[in-house]
Amino acid sequence: MTILLGLIPLLPLFSACLLMFWQPKLLLTQVIAVGSVSLAALLALTLNVQLWEQTQFVLQVSLGHWLTIDNLSLGFTLYLDPLSLIMVTIITCVGALIHLYSASYMKDDPDVCRFFAYLNLFVSAMLFLVLADNLILLYLGWEGVGLCSYLLIGFWYREQKNSQAANKAFIITRIGDTAMLIGIILLFYQFDTLNIQQIQLQSQQLLQNGGQPTTAIISLCCLLLFAGAAGKSAQVPLQSWLPDAMAGPTPVSALIHAATMVTAGIYLVARNMELFQLAPDILHFIAIIGVITLILGATSALAQSDLKRILAYSTISQLGYMFLALGVGSASAAVFHLMTHAFFKALLFLSAGALIYCMHHEQNIFKMGGLRKSQPLLAFSFGIGCAALASLPMTSGFFSKELILEQTMFAHQPLLWWGGIIGAFFTALYSAKLFFVVFFGKLNQPSTHNTPTAMAIVLIILMLLSLVGGKQPQGVFTHFSTSATSASAGHTLSLFQHWLPILLPIFTVALAWLLFIKGAFTPSTPSNGSSVSLKQKLHSFLLSGWNFDRLYHLIFIMPFKLVTEYNRRDIVDLAYRQLEAFSSLLYRQLSRFQTGQLRHYSASLVIFCVLAIAWGLIQ
Amino acid sequence: MMLFTLILLPLIGGVISCWSQRIHQDAPKWIASLCLFLSLAFLISIKLFTSMDPSNLWLVDETLAWIPRLNISAHFAMDGLSFVLILLTLLMGLVGLSSAWSEINQHTGFFYGNYLWTLAGIIGVFLAMDLLLFFVFWEVMLVPMYFLIAIWGNENRRYAALKFFLFTQAGGLLMLLSIVALAVLHYQQTQIFSFDYQVLVQSPIDSEFAKWICLGFIIAFIVKLPAFPFHSWLPDAHTQAPTPASIILAAVLLKTGGYGLLRFVLPLFPDASQFWSPLMMGLAGISIIYGAMMAFSQTDLKRLVAYSSVSHMGFVLLGCFSLNFYALQGAVMQMLAHGVSTAALFMLVGIIQHKFHTRDLNQLGGLWSTLPKLSAMGLFFGVASLGMPGLGNFIAELLVLIGTFKQAPMFALVATSGLILAAVYSLRMIQKSFFGVSISPSENRECKTDNSNEQGHQTGHTPKQIITDLNNKEKVTLMLMCLSLIFMGLHPQPIFNLVNDSLIEIASLFQLQLQVPLQPEILLLEVPL
Repeated sequence: MTILLGLIPLLPLFSACLLMFWQPKLLLTQVIAVGSVSLAALLALTLNVQLWEQTQFVLQVSLGHWLTIDNLSLGFTLYLDPLSLIMVTIITCVGALIHLYSASYMKDDPDVCRFFAYLNLFVSAMLFLVLADNLILLYLGWEGVGLCSYLLIGFWYREQKNSQAANKAFIITRIGDTAMLIGIILLFYQFDTLNIQQIQLQSQQLLQNGGQPTTAIISLCCLLLFAGAAGKSAQVPLQSWLPDAMAGPTPVSALIHAATMVTAGIYLVARNMELFQLAPDILHFIAIIGVITLILGATSALAQSDLKRILAYSTISQLGYMFLALGVGSASAAVFHLMTHAFFKALLFLSAGALIYCMHHEQNIFKMGGLRKSQPLLAFSFGIGCAALASLPMTSGFFSKELILEQTMFAHQPLLWWGGIIGAFFTALYSAKLFFVVFFGKLNQPSTHNTPTAMAIVLIILMLLSLVGGKQPQGVFTHFSTSATSASAGHTLSLFQHWLPILLPIFTVALAWLLFIKGAFTPSTPSNGSSVSLKQKLHSFLLSGWNFDRLYHLIFIMPFKLVTEYNRRDIVDLAYRQLEAFSSLLYRQLSRFQTGQLRHYSASLVIFCVLAIAWGLIQ
Repeated sequence: MMLFTLILLPLIGGVISCWSQRIHQDAPKWIASLCLFLSLAFLISIKLFTSMDPSNLWLVDETLAWIPRLNISAHFAMDGLSFVLILLTLLMGLVGLSSAWSEINQHTGFFYGNYLWTLAGIIGVFLAMDLLLFFVFWEVMLVPMYFLIAIWGNENRRYAALKFFLFTQAGGLLMLLSIVALAVLHYQQTQIFSFDYQVLVQSPIDSEFAKWICLGFIIAFIVKLPAFPFHSWLPDAHTQAPTPASIILAAVLLKTGGYGLLRFVLPLFPDASQFWSPLMMGLAGISIIYGAMMAFSQTDLKRLVAYSSVSHMGFVLLGCFSLNFYALQGAVMQMLAHGVSTAALFMLVGIIQHKFHTRDLNQLGGLWSTLPKLSAMGLFFGVASLGMPGLGNFIAELLVLIGTFKQAPMFALVATSGLILAAVYSLRMIQKSFFGVSISPSENRECKTDNSNEQGHQTGHTPKQIITDLNNKEKVTLMLMCLSLIFMGLHPQPIFNLVNDSLIEIASLFQLQLQVPLQPEILLLEVPL
């Protein structure tokens, strides 16, 4: 069984290397790429079946020794427990589906081999991330997925815009990663080990026998780790890279920027939950950040007109929900939402990809419309995806979001709960808007292509998962239930608190119907008049994602560019050049005395002698 | 005689290749490569066939009389630290040779002669155990390098060569003064007049004056390293030097500075280095940040890589003066990893310059569509230099940071922010040179969403001949460098073990709490290869 576990991350890595160096023909590329990930998915499912009955299981396999210096000992050891099993299953299964989809989606691209090499490398790095047993190996996977994300966002490298988006994504996440690295190093000195399980064990002991659980340094470590998580998972204030990251091919957005990589932050916090329990302040802070992010994402999504950017902001917002759940101490709710979100967001992105493909790379939703007749499959898949996103009852998103809101209430955080409710309102509004604008209304532009079969199969599987994925798989989830469940004892929700989250999406969808179909709303067009109305200001504020980009440009990028540009000639070198200029000046002045004329020499000799004698006399 | 032969091999090889030009135009390069391979084989056989004596730090230790009146001897010795650095020297010498193969066409004999003499000087620096002998080799590696830059360099070569020479010479002068002062002070203290390292290291000077002698050594070494206020010779020297000289300069010549700090400054002046350590860590922090910021603003590809060297070597300085075992291991690792990754980057820049006759980032771009293999390599080494985990540079930086966070968290914090800046300039370099629209007219691939062709064409560089991708020799060289970086990143333990003893000895001077100081039992800690 341990061999199977070792094979799961190595298979995609192997195929990535194969594709990189061998560069086979199209068909073979597709077979190798899709085959390796599918095989990994099968292995993961096998493990699931085998471990289904067991309550507490831990599998460990060592792939080798990394380094040992003094107290620092690292190995390539994989660690599988219920949490990582869920992550592995999501990554490999959704990954396999998206690989299958991409095989069809990317088949006309000349660089398809490079694409699949990166994509396989990504899956491998992501698997190492979730299976790592020490923090440095986790960091290796963490940076590896960042690198693959960078490479895939800038995959169509000929356009400056794409590689700029890639750079932005890498650098912003790198800021978080660097903070995280500092956190890891501090943790090493705190616990004298980098093994994740031992850190959890030690912090559990600290929590149990310590009356003063929070030391400042551990809070700092948690904060730094969370900074890394916020960078990867696009939380305020490091969220602004994700909408731009949509420059990559759509399957990449589905796999990396919706289903897997962006959830690495959730995994990190969930994995280190015992450690974070030592710092309740930081957990509270995480919850607040989560709420801010979810409202930011949801409101910004409402203002977008680009199909992929809507989905990107909605991803940011859903990740905010997961951090809210983590912040109130309910890792299981967060991971549950992570799973359902992976299903329905992958579905939405892949449908969007198919839609864009059918519409000749048109991404503006206001230029689509009335497509339900010509694209019934896509209408259906979008419908289900949007319903799950809006958390309409009986979809998977409904169960997980309910759970999060319920847990927030159990943790006695009514303010955060209201934040979640407001976010849910906006979420339902924009998802309904998206669906209605694209598939209802009048036909703007006819679509020509049909969805290829492979894509359709993937969409149907994901539709089923989005619908059924919410039936909470008891077998796995009960194992890593957290201490939050103990808090729920003796606390019940009031009728209002119970029914509001259930009824709200339904009302909101009805509202959206009124607004967008019955014509109570017209898309705001920038007026040419000098006066800019408040509505337009608000619109542009939301369109830009609360103006974070401009702020960062002003605070960080401009000064940095200015300083470096000003100092391009190296101010330190200037000092040496002055020295050089001075000595050559001296040389010119002194060489004047060397005229070669005897009378000058004799005159100076006489003058010197006179001065010397005078000096002697004075003495 | 073994170590003496190791130095003599390239020295004599240089003379022969200098002379052999008369026989045939191509003879020097064959002789040079033969000579380097011989030295490499010799070095490895020394390592393999000398019996490992666990009680002795030195693999080989040999003394020849030189100037007995002043008690100066030609004392050579090799331990694990010297061994890895000489190995790096010879390997990077071969890399430089492979890039010189087709690039150098004038005065080939003299070129390869100078090239080998530089390498001989560097090997001598890594082996010399007598301070005056060390100084001699320090100068020996300098003069031929001056010629390499001044004769075969680019447009502004005279200026750059002179600048390089003056900076190093000024540092060398300070070092000579310090050496003499050290010997005299040592004589006053112990009544033994000696320049021998192993004698001097037995009884560190405890005079107030030691601080200043130590500073003299430090300045000589950090000029070479180079660290912040003394770095400005490096960009000029690198930009103007021919590619093989750049490779040697970046890969090994800079490492002599780091080696000097580890070998001489820290063991000879434990107290004084402790005294200077905050200042040096500050300089290291500034170097890291300043080098990265300078690298960001450069448009000349070679200058960019040169400034990135300043930033990376800052980690070596930081590691040395953190006075901590992790950090020392990190510093050695950084020397090796930076040696390989920067040499590869310089080689790539050399190839690009050879093909396109420009190093200007504004005129390059879109290389990926014409030269995918070269660009993939560029991407790899660019990513290596930004510290991607799994490659040697990351391990090195991680260890330096771990060590520094224990000793001086604030400096470590500054250094860590250098990691972000490293990403910024590396990505800028990658984007500007490899991504974007191709500058070549032979563009037959259609991009999926390509609608900005006109941007690329106004850069207006149309190469005359057909530009070909990497040839086999370049491919093999670069692949081997890739593999060695991956090896250092994923299985660094053999290297750590090699230098373990030398570094434990240094670290034990500063950490009295280190479990086992200076005793044979240390070896029990060692993990078998």
